[in-house]
Amino acid sequence: MMQQGGTSLEREAPALVLSAALLGENNARVHVLTEENGLVRGVAYGARSRSGSALWQPGNLVKTRFQARSATGPIRLSGELLYGCGFRLLEAPLALAMVQSVCVLADAALPEGEPCRALFAETIRLLTFLGVDPVVSEREGLPQVVRWELALLADLGFGLDLTCCAVTGATTGLKYVSPRSGRAVSEEGAGAWKDRLLPLPAFLLSEDETGTPEEWLAGLRLTGYFLARDAFGLRHRPLPAARERLEARVAQHASKPDDAGGAEERS
Amino acid sequence: MGGQEIEQLIRLLGRLPGFGPRSARRIALFLLRDPQARLVPLARALERAGAAVKTCSTCGNLDTVDPCHLCTDPLRDQSVVCVVETVGDLWALERAGVHRGVYLVLGGTLSPLAGIGPEDLNIAPLLARLDRGSVREVILALGATVEGATTMHWLMDKLASYGGVTVSRVAQGMPVGGALDVLDDGTLAAALGARRPA
Repeated sequence: MMQQGGTSLEREAPALVLSAALLGENNARVHVLTEENGLVRGVAYGARSRSGSALWQPGNLVKTRFQARSATGPIRLSGELLYGCGFRLLEAPLALAMVQSVCVLADAALPEGEPCRALFAETIRLLTFLGVDPVVSEREGLPQVVRWELALLADLGFGLDLTCCAVTGATTGLKYVSPRSGRAVSEEGAGAWKDRLLPLPAFLLSEDETGTPEEWLAGLRLTGYFLARDAFGLRHRPLPAARERLEARVAQHASKPDDAGGAEERS
Repeated sequence: MGGQEIEQLIRLLGRLPGFGPRSARRIALFLLRDPQARLVPLARALERAGAAVKTCSTCGNLDTVDPCHLCTDPLRDQSVVCVVETVGDLWALERAGVHRGVYLVLGGTLSPLAGIGPEDLNIAPLLARLDRGSVREVILALGATVEGATTMHWLMDKLASYGGVTVSRVAQGMPVGGALDVLDDGTLAAALGARRPA
């Protein structure tokens, strides 16, 4: 809760670090995601120190103190680490690419100051899962990243409808997604137009399915299409480079199924 | 306060890292108290450095000659290239005197917020050296941050096609003189992860 003492505003809340860039010699411009205020941009003083630099790493969950002199003034951030995700994955290229992509997408797509409770919870769930074990997150993390991207699209108002076929109304046999409407289409409903539709991987229809690297790639291409068109295209911005690099890495992984991203062999 | 020249001097000093207007005024006053002994030699040194210093086209270091003294030093092992993020990192390694090979200064790390992509990194001179077959080992000495690690993995992918070249990276973990109870979680995790038989 925001507390007003004198003319300054102060509150404390858990926040996910999305990005941090050097500001001056010792400070950093930090973007964090919070439950009540969504994306918050602030300045962390002393962020270039050894402890500060480790704290404000993308993917970290930080108990953050927000201080401002007025409701519209610059926000000063300080805090202590609750859960460090990024540094656990420094040796795992694919898992690290997932964390970077999630953080960059949230940073670039979400509006500032808008509450996003469901997405915040979903993001914490995903990042804590990814941070537990690099080998497991490289093996099982991508379906969850794709599901998180669907949640991001839904939060932004561009949610896909994967519950039933847009043509026949069937709830089974869904194989495609219409690039125009974002609704699922069954094999039967696709008919002669299936070449124009986006493949719908099975793992997006069931939480139990984990999918194959080829399906992960299809999932990333599916969400990537709508992110590029709706979340970024409408603002005349390209899909972030970190998201492109994740897709490239998964494509490389799908073409070489023996290579489990790299964490296994390096651990 | 004291004329346009003094104001400009304070303004320029205030733009230096670590200096604000207050410290800039203090330094300006110190220099102006004895201009012949303090200000004029400094101005000459700055002018000479500005005219002479250039970026080495081979490694990205700053020196008065191109290629720099490090790249042309016959006592250095030209087949071992240490990749660092900034010239400051290169100077830190040189101060420690722990690397007897040559360097490559990347000029940054892949950073979404700062808008630094692969095309902005100074990697072409390294690839040219690798193409010539003159490199035996590439040491990646980048920061233990998410951006540093992302850049390192990207570089490792890039260098994977060069058979016969060993790609290594600096270790992470316990700092010399560091006690366990004051280390952050990340350093502790890295130190335990990189443990080795005693």
